[in-house]
Amino acid sequence: MKYIDEYRDKEKILSLAAQIKKTSTKKIRLMEVCGGHTMAIQRFGIPDLLPETVELVSGPGCPVCVTSRSYIDKAIAYSKLPNVIITTYGDLIRVPGSTSSLDKEKARGANIRIVYSVLDALKIAQDNPDKKVIFLGIGFETTAPGSAAGIMKAQMAGLFNFSVFSAHKIMPPPMAALIDEGVNIQGYIGPGHVSTITGSHIFDFIPQKYGLGVVVSGFEPLDLMQSIYMLGKQFETNKPSVEIQYSRAVKPEGNAKAKEIMDEVFCLRDDWWRGLGILENSGLGINDNYADFDAEKIFDVAVEPLKEDKGCICGIILKGIAKPTECKLFGKACTPSEPVGACMVSNEGACAAYYKYNRE
Amino acid sequence: MCLSVPAKIESIEKDMAVCSVGGATYRASLLMLDIDDLKIGDFVLLHTGFAIQKISKEDAEETLKLFDEFEDFNEILDEEERISGRRIV
Ligand code: SF4
Repeated sequence: MKYIDEYRDKEKILSLAAQIKKTSTKKIRLMEVCGGHTMAIQRFGIPDLLPETVELVSGPGCPVCVTSRSYIDKAIAYSKLPNVIITTYGDLIRVPGSTSSLDKEKARGANIRIVYSVLDALKIAQDNPDKKVIFLGIGFETTAPGSAAGIMKAQMAGLFNFSVFSAHKIMPPPMAALIDEGVNIQGYIGPGHVSTITGSHIFDFIPQKYGLGVVVSGFEPLDLMQSIYMLGKQFETNKPSVEIQYSRAVKPEGNAKAKEIMDEVFCLRDDWWRGLGILENSGLGINDNYADFDAEKIFDVAVEPLKEDKGCICGIILKGIAKPTECKLFGKACTPSEPVGACMVSNEGACAAYYKYNRE
Repeated sequence: MCLSVPAKIESIEKDMAVCSVGGATYRASLLMLDIDDLKIGDFVLLHTGFAIQKISKEDAEETLKLFDEFEDFNEILDEEERISGRRIV
């Protein structure tokens, strides 16, 4: 068992597709919350396998895409401070800020390094005691425990030249906000890797309060097809609930240890989401016990005035209201090599996924 | 960055493991898992340098079995539809 190939069996995918077709009588719009799912759905051509009654729309689950331009602007401002090394996941490097990007600043000589893990950033801090190393912490509940663990390790090792600039966010608030806004969906394909940490219980309020189903899904084509089938069945029988399709990695209670690490370091705060604006208690700030490792508390910088790009419709794409192909700039002024908006940069961005797998 | 991949544990030393994905190997922190519960050959989900969950073989097999059942069920339905000449579900 390799936990990949087994879930790509073509025969089985087709039989599930037939099954969905047979059992779907009412129109249903499902949102895949997670950008990883958006990618997989486009890559495996899932929409082509579905009957006309089933429509999939992408959601707000791409951390790079929902992060504000002012975050990038501030990171750029940090990179201009003397003796600073910025460490970041590769995903952020090409995201446009108001007038520049980390990539452009790097080309101009800023000390910006791409890391695969916060642990690499810690190593850089250790090797460069005369420099201040700032780690750009973005991502949802899957990634936040790592940043928290990094901060705890830094404290234990007395690595006071290490800090984190947090833009970490949590998933339930935007999922609630979308329904509150009246976005037309009948169920959520739940974020599989967020749920490995949080468990599936965090979504219980969705059927309870809103009467919508959530199926926490894996990332292979068979996983996704099965999740779509399960959501369809819930909808047809009018029994919305939280179910786990991705049971090999997700438990209802999640990963207690990772949650503890996250709770130890972070505290909830209001945060801004592209498309949704400021959502109450939707972001993770570093709590006062770890203020020594909070870049925002350590460094004071002047940030350039915010300039959003007018033509980019990322905001409504992240809400499942428009598809990337409806953007006038898509594939023309905006491509992965010359991205206008964040959704075209990140691998998990809907525009990038459509561009890569879906161009006719 | 969001990607998490199933990786096989090749060796464990204290709270770090060497894991393989396809032909490549990666170092992974085991800080977020119960190390006593892990052994060489187990699969974990690897995410930004951390093993974030152990993959359950039993549950994986269960899901795969379900897919087989779908296939069987589908064939039965097809057969019945062919015989009766009408849509069943
Ligand atoms: S195609 Fe480019 S400009 Fe248009 S919404 Fe997507 S990222 Fe924004």
